[in-house]
Amino acid sequence: MKAFTYTRAEAVPYACEQTRGGAKLIAGGTNLLDLMKLEIEAPEIVVDISRLALGEIAEAGDGLRIGALVTNSACAADLRVRRDYPVLARAILAGATFQLRNKATTGGNLCQRTRCYYFYNRDQPCNKRDPGSGCGALRGANRIHAILGASESCIATYPGDMAVALSALGAQVEVIGPDGAMRTIPVREFHRLPGEAPERDTVLEPGDVITAVTLPAPLGGKQIYRKVRDRASYAFALVSIACVLKMDGDRIASASLAFGGLAHKPWHDTRVNDLLTGSTPTDRLFDEAADLLLDGARGYGHNDFKIAMTRRVLKAVLREATGEQA
Amino acid sequence: MPLTINGTDHDFTGDPRTTLLDFLREDCGLTGTKKGCDHGQCGACTVLVNDQRINSCLTLAVMHEGDAVTTIEGFGSPDDLHPLQAAFVRHDSYQCGYCTPGQICSAKAMIDEAANGWASYVSVDLSEPPTLTAEEIRERMSGNLCRCGAYSNIVAAIAEVLEVAR
Repeated sequence: MKAFTYTRAEAVPYACEQTRGGAKLIAGGTNLLDLMKLEIEAPEIVVDISRLALGEIAEAGDGLRIGALVTNSACAADLRVRRDYPVLARAILAGATFQLRNKATTGGNLCQRTRCYYFYNRDQPCNKRDPGSGCGALRGANRIHAILGASESCIATYPGDMAVALSALGAQVEVIGPDGAMRTIPVREFHRLPGEAPERDTVLEPGDVITAVTLPAPLGGKQIYRKVRDRASYAFALVSIACVLKMDGDRIASASLAFGGLAHKPWHDTRVNDLLTGSTPTDRLFDEAADLLLDGARGYGHNDFKIAMTRRVLKAVLREATGEQA
Repeated sequence: MPLTINGTDHDFTGDPRTTLLDFLREDCGLTGTKKGCDHGQCGACTVLVNDQRINSCLTLAVMHEGDAVTTIEGFGSPDDLHPLQAAFVRHDSYQCGYCTPGQICSAKAMIDEAANGWASYVSVDLSEPPTLTAEEIRERMSGNLCRCGAYSNIVAAIAEVLEVAR
Protein backbone atom coordinates (compact mmCIF):
# COMPACT_ATOMS: atom_id res chain seq x y z
CA MET A 1 0.00 0.00 0.00
CA LYS A 2 1.30 3.48 -0.86
CA ALA A 3 1.73 5.89 2.03
CA PHE A 4 -1.07 8.41 2.58
CA THR A 5 -2.11 11.13 4.97
CA TYR A 6 -5.02 10.16 7.19
CA THR A 7 -7.51 12.72 8.38
CA ARG A 8 -10.90 12.44 10.02
CA ALA A 9 -13.89 14.46 8.87
CA GLU A 10 -15.92 16.07 11.62
CA ALA A 11 -18.47 17.49 9.16
CA VAL A 12 -19.63 16.97 5.57
CA PRO A 13 -18.22 20.27 4.15
CA TYR A 14 -14.70 19.19 5.12
CA ALA A 15 -15.20 15.90 3.29
CA CYS A 16 -16.47 17.80 0.22
CA GLU A 17 -13.47 20.13 0.27
CA GLN A 18 -11.05 17.21 0.57
CA THR A 19 -12.55 15.07 -2.17
CA ARG A 20 -12.61 18.13 -4.45
CA GLY A 21 -8.83 18.17 -4.04
CA GLY A 22 -8.48 14.49 -4.92
CA ALA A 23 -8.72 12.85 -1.51
CA LYS A 24 -10.47 9.51 -1.14
CA LEU A 25 -13.21 9.08 1.41
CA ILE A 26 -13.17 5.96 3.57
CA ALA A 27 -16.21 4.66 5.44
CA GLY A 28 -16.42 0.85 5.65
CA GLY A 29 -13.25 0.53 3.63
CA THR A 30 -14.00 -3.00 2.42
CA ASN A 31 -13.51 -2.16 -1.25
CA LEU A 32 -11.15 0.81 -1.01
CA LEU A 33 -8.57 -0.93 1.20
CA ASP A 34 -8.64 -4.03 -0.99
CA LEU A 35 -7.83 -1.78 -3.98
CA MET A 36 -5.22 0.23 -2.04
CA LYS A 37 -3.38 -2.95 -1.06
CA LEU A 38 -3.12 -3.81 -4.75
CA GLU A 39 -2.19 -0.18 -5.50
CA ILE A 40 -5.05 0.09 -7.96
CA GLU A 41 -6.11 3.00 -5.79
CA ALA A 42 -3.26 5.07 -4.38
CA PRO A 43 -4.72 8.22 -2.80
CA GLU A 44 -2.38 10.73 -1.18
CA ILE A 45 -5.03 11.72 1.34
CA VAL A 46 -7.63 9.44 2.91
CA VAL A 47 -10.47 11.12 4.77
CA ASP A 48 -12.26 9.00 7.35
CA ILE A 49 -15.96 9.88 7.21
CA SER A 50 -17.08 6.92 9.33
CA ARG A 51 -17.91 9.09 12.33
CA LEU A 52 -20.16 11.57 10.54
CA ALA A 53 -23.79 11.56 11.69
CA LEU A 54 -25.10 9.80 8.57
CA GLY A 55 -25.92 6.44 10.11
CA GLU A 56 -29.67 6.69 10.66
CA ILE A 57 -32.67 5.27 8.81
CA ALA A 58 -35.54 7.72 9.15
CA GLU A 59 -39.01 8.09 7.76
CA ALA A 60 -39.03 10.86 5.15
CA GLY A 61 -42.31 11.85 3.53
CA ASP A 62 -44.02 8.57 2.65
CA GLY A 63 -40.71 6.82 2.17
CA LEU A 64 -37.45 6.16 3.99
CA ARG A 65 -34.16 8.03 4.11
CA ILE A 66 -31.21 5.70 4.56
CA GLY A 67 -28.11 7.56 5.73
CA ALA A 68 -24.98 7.03 3.66
CA LEU A 69 -23.21 5.39 6.60
CA VAL A 70 -25.97 2.90 7.42
CA THR A 71 -24.27 -0.47 7.09
CA ASN A 72 -25.59 -3.05 4.67
CA SER A 73 -26.36 -5.26 7.69
CA ALA A 74 -28.35 -2.55 9.45
CA CYS A 75 -30.30 -1.72 6.31
CA ALA A 76 -31.22 -5.34 5.62
CA ALA A 77 -32.17 -5.85 9.28
CA ASP A 78 -34.38 -2.75 9.52
CA LEU A 79 -37.98 -3.84 10.09
CA ARG A 80 -39.37 -1.14 7.78
CA VAL A 81 -37.04 -2.18 4.97
CA ARG A 82 -37.94 -5.85 5.45
CA ARG A 83 -41.66 -5.12 5.50
CA ASP A 84 -42.01 -2.42 2.85
CA TYR A 85 -38.96 -2.91 0.57
CA PRO A 86 -38.23 -6.64 0.74
CA VAL A 87 -36.49 -6.58 -2.64
CA LEU A 88 -33.86 -4.29 -1.09
CA ALA A 89 -33.33 -6.50 1.98
CA ARG A 90 -33.12 -9.57 -0.27
CA ALA A 91 -30.62 -7.94 -2.62
CA ILE A 92 -28.35 -6.84 0.23
CA LEU A 93 -28.47 -10.32 1.80
CA ALA A 94 -27.52 -11.81 -1.59
CA GLY A 95 -24.23 -9.89 -1.59
CA ALA A 96 -20.92 -10.53 0.17
CA THR A 97 -20.83 -12.00 3.71
CA PHE A 98 -22.02 -10.97 7.16
CA GLN A 99 -18.49 -9.76 8.00
CA LEU A 100 -18.36 -7.50 4.95
CA ARG A 101 -21.95 -6.28 5.26
CA ASN A 102 -21.24 -5.28 8.88
CA LYS A 103 -18.70 -2.77 7.56
CA ALA A 104 -19.95 -1.93 4.06
CA THR A 105 -22.05 1.21 3.94
CA THR A 106 -24.94 2.37 1.78
CA GLY A 107 -22.91 5.15 0.15
CA GLY A 108 -19.78 3.07 -0.24
CA ASN A 109 -21.66 0.15 -1.72
CA LEU A 110 -23.00 2.42 -4.48
CA CYS A 111 -19.41 3.44 -5.25
CA GLN A 112 -17.86 -0.03 -5.25
CA ARG A 113 -15.77 -0.74 -8.30
CA THR A 114 -15.88 -3.53 -10.85
CA ARG A 115 -14.36 -6.94 -10.16
CA CYS A 116 -13.14 -7.26 -13.78
CA TYR A 117 -9.98 -9.42 -13.70
CA TYR A 118 -8.12 -6.96 -15.93
CA PHE A 119 -8.99 -4.01 -13.71
CA TYR A 120 -7.57 -5.94 -10.76
CA ASN A 121 -4.38 -7.10 -12.53
CA ARG A 122 -1.88 -4.28 -12.92
CA ASP A 123 0.11 -6.31 -15.44
CA GLN A 124 -2.82 -6.16 -17.85
CA PRO A 125 -4.21 -3.27 -19.89
CA CYS A 126 -7.34 -1.62 -18.49
CA ASN A 127 -8.88 1.66 -19.61
CA LYS A 128 -10.74 1.96 -16.32
CA ARG A 129 -7.60 1.68 -14.21
CA ASP A 130 -5.16 3.24 -16.66
CA PRO A 131 -7.01 5.29 -19.31
CA GLY A 132 -5.66 4.73 -22.80
CA SER A 133 -3.98 1.41 -22.03
CA GLY A 134 -6.65 -0.67 -23.75
CA CYS A 135 -9.13 -3.31 -22.63
CA GLY A 136 -7.74 -6.75 -21.89
CA ALA A 137 -11.20 -8.24 -21.42
CA LEU A 138 -12.50 -7.44 -24.91
CA ARG A 139 -10.62 -10.39 -26.44
CA GLY A 140 -9.65 -12.03 -23.18
CA ALA A 141 -11.28 -13.97 -20.37
CA ASN A 142 -14.63 -12.23 -20.29
CA ARG A 143 -17.02 -14.71 -18.72
CA ILE A 144 -18.24 -12.21 -16.09
CA HIS A 145 -18.46 -9.26 -18.46
CA ALA A 146 -21.18 -7.05 -19.90
CA ILE A 147 -23.62 -7.97 -22.65
CA LEU A 148 -25.48 -4.63 -22.65
CA GLY A 149 -24.26 -1.06 -22.96
CA ALA A 150 -20.55 -1.89 -23.23
CA SER A 151 -18.06 -0.06 -25.45
CA GLU A 152 -14.81 -0.90 -27.20
CA SER A 153 -13.10 0.82 -24.27
CA CYS A 154 -14.61 -1.26 -21.49
CA ILE A 155 -16.87 -4.29 -21.03
CA ALA A 156 -16.72 -4.36 -17.22
CA THR A 157 -19.84 -4.84 -15.12
CA TYR A 158 -21.05 -3.05 -12.04
CA PRO A 159 -20.72 -5.80 -9.40
CA GLY A 160 -23.25 -4.84 -6.72
CA ASP A 161 -26.65 -6.18 -5.71
CA MET A 162 -28.06 -3.39 -3.51
CA ALA A 163 -28.08 -0.81 -6.32
CA VAL A 164 -29.99 -3.20 -8.60
CA ALA A 165 -32.84 -3.29 -6.09
CA LEU A 166 -32.60 0.49 -5.59
CA SER A 167 -32.93 0.90 -9.36
CA ALA A 168 -36.07 -1.24 -9.48
CA LEU A 169 -37.49 0.76 -6.56
CA GLY A 170 -36.71 4.10 -8.21
CA ALA A 171 -34.60 5.34 -5.28
CA GLN A 172 -32.68 8.63 -5.23
CA VAL A 173 -29.13 9.37 -4.15
CA GLU A 174 -28.78 12.47 -1.99
CA VAL A 175 -25.50 14.29 -2.59
CA ILE A 176 -23.93 17.43 -1.13
CA GLY A 177 -21.63 19.24 -3.53
CA PRO A 178 -18.61 21.48 -2.96
CA ASP A 179 -20.83 24.57 -2.82
CA GLY A 180 -22.72 23.02 0.09
CA ALA A 181 -25.89 22.57 -1.97
CA MET A 182 -27.82 19.32 -1.71
CA ARG A 183 -29.13 17.65 -4.86
CA THR A 184 -30.68 14.30 -5.66
CA ILE A 185 -29.68 11.93 -8.43
CA PRO A 186 -31.96 9.04 -9.43
CA VAL A 187 -30.14 5.76 -8.79
CA ARG A 188 -30.93 4.84 -12.40
CA GLU A 189 -28.76 7.78 -13.53
CA PHE A 190 -26.10 7.50 -10.84
CA HIS A 191 -23.89 4.92 -12.57
CA ARG A 192 -22.53 5.61 -16.06
CA LEU A 193 -22.10 3.52 -19.16
CA PRO A 194 -18.40 3.27 -20.04
CA GLY A 195 -18.39 5.02 -23.42
CA GLU A 196 -14.98 6.58 -23.96
CA ALA A 197 -14.44 7.33 -20.26
CA PRO A 198 -14.67 4.03 -18.34
CA GLU A 199 -12.49 5.47 -15.57
CA ARG A 200 -15.63 7.25 -14.40
CA ASP A 201 -18.02 4.79 -12.77
CA THR A 202 -20.61 7.32 -11.63
CA VAL A 203 -21.81 10.85 -12.34
CA LEU A 204 -20.33 12.13 -9.06
CA GLU A 205 -18.08 15.16 -9.50
CA PRO A 206 -15.03 16.10 -7.43
CA GLY A 207 -16.30 17.64 -4.19
CA ASP A 208 -19.48 15.53 -4.05
CA VAL A 209 -20.30 13.51 -0.95
CA ILE A 210 -23.20 11.04 -0.78
CA THR A 211 -25.25 11.73 2.34
CA ALA A 212 -28.24 9.39 1.91
CA VAL A 213 -30.36 7.20 -0.32
CA THR A 214 -34.07 7.93 -0.29
CA LEU A 215 -36.76 5.38 -1.02
CA PRO A 216 -40.19 6.30 -2.41
CA ALA A 217 -43.43 5.38 -0.66
CA PRO A 218 -43.76 1.59 -0.38
CA LEU A 219 -44.62 0.14 -3.80
CA GLY A 220 -46.22 -3.06 -2.53
CA GLY A 221 -46.73 -5.87 -5.01
CA LYS A 222 -44.58 -8.94 -5.33
CA GLN A 223 -40.91 -8.19 -4.78
CA ILE A 224 -38.24 -10.64 -5.88
CA TYR A 225 -34.46 -10.57 -6.07
CA ARG A 226 -33.11 -13.50 -8.08
CA LYS A 227 -29.35 -13.93 -8.32
CA VAL A 228 -27.53 -16.51 -10.43
CA ARG A 229 -23.88 -17.06 -9.54
CA ASP A 230 -21.13 -19.66 -9.71
CA ARG A 231 -21.52 -20.84 -6.11
CA ALA A 232 -24.39 -20.83 -3.63
CA SER A 233 -23.05 -18.02 -1.44
CA TYR A 234 -20.51 -15.22 -1.45
CA ALA A 235 -20.09 -14.70 -5.19
CA PHE A 236 -20.88 -11.86 -7.57
CA ALA A 237 -23.87 -12.14 -9.89
CA LEU A 238 -23.57 -13.55 -13.37
CA VAL A 239 -27.14 -12.37 -13.82
CA SER A 240 -29.44 -10.89 -11.20
CA ILE A 241 -32.93 -9.45 -11.40
CA ALA A 242 -34.78 -7.17 -9.01
CA CYS A 243 -38.52 -7.25 -9.68
CA VAL A 244 -41.32 -5.17 -8.20
CA LEU A 245 -44.59 -6.24 -9.81
CA LYS A 246 -48.20 -5.64 -8.90
CA MET A 247 -51.17 -7.55 -10.30
CA ASP A 248 -54.69 -6.27 -10.82
CA GLY A 249 -56.86 -9.31 -11.32
CA ASP A 250 -55.33 -11.24 -14.19
CA ARG A 251 -53.41 -8.28 -15.55
CA ILE A 252 -50.09 -6.77 -14.55
CA ALA A 253 -50.91 -3.40 -12.97
CA SER A 254 -47.28 -2.24 -12.79
CA ALA A 255 -43.81 -3.68 -13.23
CA SER A 256 -40.36 -2.35 -12.49
CA LEU A 257 -37.37 -4.52 -13.24
CA ALA A 258 -33.64 -3.94 -12.89
CA PHE A 259 -30.76 -6.20 -13.83
CA GLY A 260 -27.33 -6.87 -12.35
CA GLY A 261 -24.31 -8.54 -13.93
CA LEU A 262 -25.22 -7.39 -17.42
CA ALA A 263 -23.76 -3.91 -17.78
CA HIS A 264 -21.52 -1.16 -16.42
CA LYS A 265 -24.50 -0.07 -14.32
CA PRO A 266 -27.65 -1.62 -12.87
CA TRP A 267 -29.62 -2.05 -16.10
CA HIS A 268 -33.12 -0.63 -16.29
CA ASP A 269 -35.17 -0.61 -19.49
CA THR A 270 -38.47 1.28 -19.37
CA ARG A 271 -39.58 -0.47 -22.58
CA VAL A 272 -39.69 -3.75 -20.68
CA ASN A 273 -41.70 -2.26 -17.82
CA ASP A 274 -44.07 -0.56 -20.28
CA LEU A 275 -44.65 -3.76 -22.25
CA LEU A 276 -45.54 -5.70 -19.12
CA THR A 277 -47.75 -3.04 -17.55
CA GLY A 278 -51.41 -3.60 -18.44
CA SER A 279 -50.74 -6.93 -20.12
CA THR A 280 -51.96 -10.39 -19.26
CA PRO A 281 -49.05 -12.60 -18.23
CA THR A 282 -48.31 -15.33 -20.78
CA ASP A 283 -45.22 -17.20 -21.82
CA ARG A 284 -45.31 -15.27 -25.09
CA LEU A 285 -45.43 -11.92 -23.25
CA PHE A 286 -42.43 -12.92 -21.16
CA ASP A 287 -40.52 -13.86 -24.33
CA GLU A 288 -41.39 -10.48 -25.84
CA ALA A 289 -40.09 -8.80 -22.67
CA ALA A 290 -36.84 -10.74 -23.02
CA ASP A 291 -36.64 -9.81 -26.73
CA LEU A 292 -36.90 -6.13 -25.84
CA LEU A 293 -34.43 -6.36 -22.97
CA LEU A 294 -31.88 -8.24 -25.06
CA ASP A 295 -32.34 -6.19 -28.20
CA GLY A 296 -28.75 -5.09 -28.86
CA ALA A 297 -27.21 -7.58 -26.41
CA ARG A 298 -23.80 -8.77 -27.46
CA GLY A 299 -21.53 -11.47 -26.09
CA TYR A 300 -17.74 -11.31 -26.27
CA GLY A 301 -17.03 -15.04 -26.33
CA HIS A 302 -16.87 -16.42 -22.82
CA ASN A 303 -19.95 -14.49 -21.71
CA ASP A 304 -22.22 -15.42 -24.63
CA PHE A 305 -24.13 -17.71 -22.26
CA LYS A 306 -25.41 -14.68 -20.35
CA ILE A 307 -27.80 -13.80 -23.18
CA ALA A 308 -29.67 -17.10 -22.98
CA MET A 309 -29.36 -17.16 -19.20
CA THR A 310 -30.87 -13.69 -18.83
CA ARG A 311 -33.89 -14.76 -20.88
CA ARG A 312 -34.44 -17.84 -18.73
CA VAL A 313 -34.01 -16.01 -15.44
CA LEU A 314 -36.28 -13.17 -16.56
CA LYS A 315 -39.02 -15.61 -17.54
CA ALA A 316 -38.66 -17.51 -14.26
CA VAL A 317 -38.89 -14.28 -12.24
CA LEU A 318 -41.93 -13.11 -14.18
CA ARG A 319 -43.63 -16.46 -13.73
CA GLU A 320 -43.06 -16.26 -10.00
CA ALA A 321 -44.11 -12.62 -9.74
CA THR A 322 -47.35 -13.08 -11.71
CA GLY A 323 -48.25 -16.56 -10.55
CA GLU A 324 -48.29 -17.57 -14.23
CA GLN A 325 -47.73 -21.32 -14.53
CA ALA A 326 -47.05 -21.33 -18.28
CA MET B 1 -9.02 7.78 23.12
CA PRO B 2 -7.63 4.23 23.27
CA LEU B 3 -9.22 1.19 21.71
CA THR B 4 -9.79 -1.76 23.97
CA ILE B 5 -8.78 -5.25 22.94
CA ASN B 6 -10.21 -8.06 25.06
CA GLY B 7 -10.85 -5.47 27.78
CA THR B 8 -7.34 -3.96 27.80
CA ASP B 9 -6.66 -0.41 26.58
CA HIS B 10 -4.27 0.01 23.66
CA ASP B 11 -3.14 3.22 22.00
CA PHE B 12 -2.51 3.13 18.29
CA THR B 13 0.11 5.58 17.07
CA GLY B 14 1.55 3.71 14.10
CA ASP B 15 1.56 4.16 10.33
CA PRO B 16 -2.02 4.81 9.17
CA ARG B 17 -1.60 2.02 6.61
CA THR B 18 -1.63 -0.53 9.45
CA THR B 19 -4.66 -2.75 9.29
CA LEU B 20 -6.40 -3.76 12.49
CA LEU B 21 -5.19 -7.30 11.73
CA ASP B 22 -1.53 -6.27 11.56
CA PHE B 23 -1.90 -4.14 14.69
CA LEU B 24 -3.33 -7.10 16.61
CA ARG B 25 -0.66 -9.53 15.45
CA GLU B 26 2.48 -7.41 15.10
CA ASP B 27 2.04 -4.68 17.72
CA CYS B 28 -0.16 -6.33 20.36
CA GLY B 29 1.27 -9.84 20.03
CA LEU B 30 -2.21 -11.31 19.66
CA THR B 31 -1.38 -13.89 17.01
CA GLY B 32 -4.55 -15.93 17.44
CA THR B 33 -6.15 -13.86 14.70
CA LYS B 34 -4.83 -15.21 11.41
CA LYS B 35 -3.87 -13.59 8.12
CA GLY B 36 -5.12 -15.71 5.25
CA CYS B 37 -5.85 -13.85 2.02
CA ASP B 38 -5.54 -10.31 3.46
CA HIS B 39 -8.35 -9.27 1.07
CA GLY B 40 -11.56 -10.13 2.90
CA GLN B 41 -12.18 -13.32 1.00
CA CYS B 42 -11.28 -16.04 3.53
CA GLY B 43 -12.46 -14.84 6.96
CA ALA B 44 -9.41 -16.13 8.87
CA CYS B 45 -8.95 -12.62 10.30
CA THR B 46 -12.51 -12.34 11.65
CA VAL B 47 -12.73 -10.48 14.97
CA LEU B 48 -15.54 -8.75 16.83
CA VAL B 49 -15.65 -4.96 16.92
CA ASN B 50 -18.32 -3.67 19.27
CA ASP B 51 -19.72 -7.22 19.21
CA GLN B 52 -20.07 -7.34 15.41
CA ARG B 53 -17.91 -9.61 13.27
CA ILE B 54 -15.71 -7.97 10.66
CA ASN B 55 -12.68 -8.83 8.54
CA SER B 56 -9.82 -7.20 10.46
CA CYS B 57 -7.68 -7.19 7.29
CA LEU B 58 -10.02 -4.70 5.60
CA THR B 59 -10.05 -1.98 8.20
CA LEU B 60 -7.41 0.44 9.45
CA ALA B 61 -6.34 0.37 13.09
CA VAL B 62 -6.37 4.17 13.13
CA MET B 63 -10.13 4.13 12.48
CA HIS B 64 -10.94 2.21 15.67
CA GLU B 65 -10.31 4.73 18.42
CA GLY B 66 -12.72 4.02 21.27
CA ASP B 67 -13.91 0.72 19.82
CA ALA B 68 -14.03 -2.57 21.74
CA VAL B 69 -12.28 -5.39 19.90
CA THR B 70 -12.62 -9.05 20.86
CA THR B 71 -10.20 -11.60 19.42
CA ILE B 72 -10.02 -15.35 19.97
CA GLU B 73 -7.72 -14.65 22.95
CA GLY B 74 -10.74 -13.02 24.60
CA PHE B 75 -12.92 -16.11 24.33
CA GLY B 76 -11.59 -18.69 26.77
CA SER B 77 -8.45 -20.27 28.13
CA PRO B 78 -7.04 -23.81 27.79
CA ASP B 79 -8.50 -24.59 31.23
CA ASP B 80 -11.79 -22.85 30.66
CA LEU B 81 -12.84 -23.14 27.03
CA HIS B 82 -15.66 -21.09 25.58
CA PRO B 83 -18.57 -23.41 24.67
CA LEU B 84 -17.80 -22.92 20.96
CA GLN B 85 -14.14 -23.79 21.51
CA ALA B 86 -15.11 -26.92 23.46
CA ALA B 87 -17.60 -27.93 20.77
CA PHE B 88 -14.99 -27.46 18.01
CA VAL B 89 -12.64 -29.77 19.92
CA ARG B 90 -15.40 -32.32 20.54
CA HIS B 91 -16.50 -32.38 16.91
CA ASP B 92 -13.01 -32.28 15.39
CA SER B 93 -14.04 -29.12 13.53
CA TYR B 94 -10.60 -28.44 12.07
CA GLN B 95 -7.60 -30.12 10.58
CA CYS B 96 -4.79 -27.57 10.38
CA GLY B 97 -6.60 -25.12 12.65
CA TYR B 98 -5.61 -21.99 10.75
CA CYS B 99 -9.17 -20.86 10.06
CA THR B 100 -10.48 -21.88 13.51
CA PRO B 101 -10.07 -18.57 15.40
CA GLY B 102 -11.98 -16.79 12.64
CA GLN B 103 -14.60 -19.52 12.52
CA ILE B 104 -15.21 -19.26 16.26
CA CYS B 105 -15.38 -15.45 16.31
CA SER B 106 -17.73 -15.61 13.35
CA ALA B 107 -19.95 -18.27 14.94
CA LYS B 108 -20.27 -16.26 18.15
CA ALA B 109 -21.42 -13.20 16.23
CA MET B 110 -23.70 -15.30 14.03
CA ILE B 111 -25.56 -16.63 17.07
CA ASP B 112 -26.04 -13.06 18.34
CA GLU B 113 -27.19 -11.79 14.92
CA ALA B 114 -29.83 -14.51 14.70
CA ALA B 115 -30.96 -13.75 18.27
CA ASN B 116 -31.44 -10.16 17.12
CA GLY B 117 -33.68 -11.38 14.31
CA TRP B 118 -31.34 -10.80 11.39
CA ALA B 119 -32.35 -12.69 8.28
CA SER B 120 -29.99 -14.29 5.77
CA TYR B 121 -30.09 -15.00 2.05
CA VAL B 122 -31.71 -18.40 2.69
CA SER B 123 -34.32 -17.20 5.21
CA VAL B 124 -37.74 -17.97 3.75
CA ASP B 125 -39.62 -15.26 5.62
CA LEU B 126 -38.10 -11.84 6.34
CA SER B 127 -40.68 -11.08 9.04
CA GLU B 128 -40.13 -14.17 11.20
CA PRO B 129 -37.24 -14.65 13.66
CA PRO B 130 -34.76 -16.99 11.95
CA THR B 131 -34.20 -20.58 13.05
CA LEU B 132 -30.58 -21.61 12.65
CA THR B 133 -30.96 -24.74 10.59
CA ALA B 134 -27.89 -26.36 9.04
CA GLU B 135 -28.69 -24.51 5.80
CA GLU B 136 -28.84 -21.20 7.68
CA ILE B 137 -25.56 -21.92 9.49
CA ARG B 138 -23.81 -22.72 6.19
CA GLU B 139 -25.04 -19.52 4.55
CA ARG B 140 -24.21 -17.37 7.57
CA MET B 141 -20.71 -18.88 7.84
CA SER B 142 -19.93 -18.55 4.12
CA GLY B 143 -17.45 -15.77 4.84
CA ASN B 144 -15.16 -18.25 6.62
CA LEU B 145 -13.33 -20.63 4.32
CA CYS B 146 -11.73 -23.87 5.54
CA ARG B 147 -9.30 -25.27 3.02
CA CYS B 148 -9.09 -28.55 4.95
CA GLY B 149 -12.81 -28.92 4.34
CA ALA B 150 -13.95 -29.39 7.94
CA TYR B 151 -17.24 -27.69 7.13
CA SER B 152 -19.56 -30.51 8.16
CA ASN B 153 -17.93 -30.74 11.58
CA ILE B 154 -17.94 -26.94 11.98
CA VAL B 155 -21.69 -26.93 11.34
CA ALA B 156 -22.13 -29.79 13.81
CA ALA B 157 -20.20 -27.96 16.54
CA ILE B 158 -22.21 -24.76 16.11
CA ALA B 159 -25.48 -26.69 15.98
CA GLU B 160 -24.60 -28.41 19.25
CA VAL B 161 -23.87 -25.10 21.00
CA LEU B 162 -27.21 -23.77 19.77
CA GLU B 163 -28.98 -26.91 20.98
CA VAL B 164 -27.42 -26.67 24.44
CA ALA B 165 -28.39 -22.99 24.66
CA ARG B 166 -32.01 -23.95 23.95
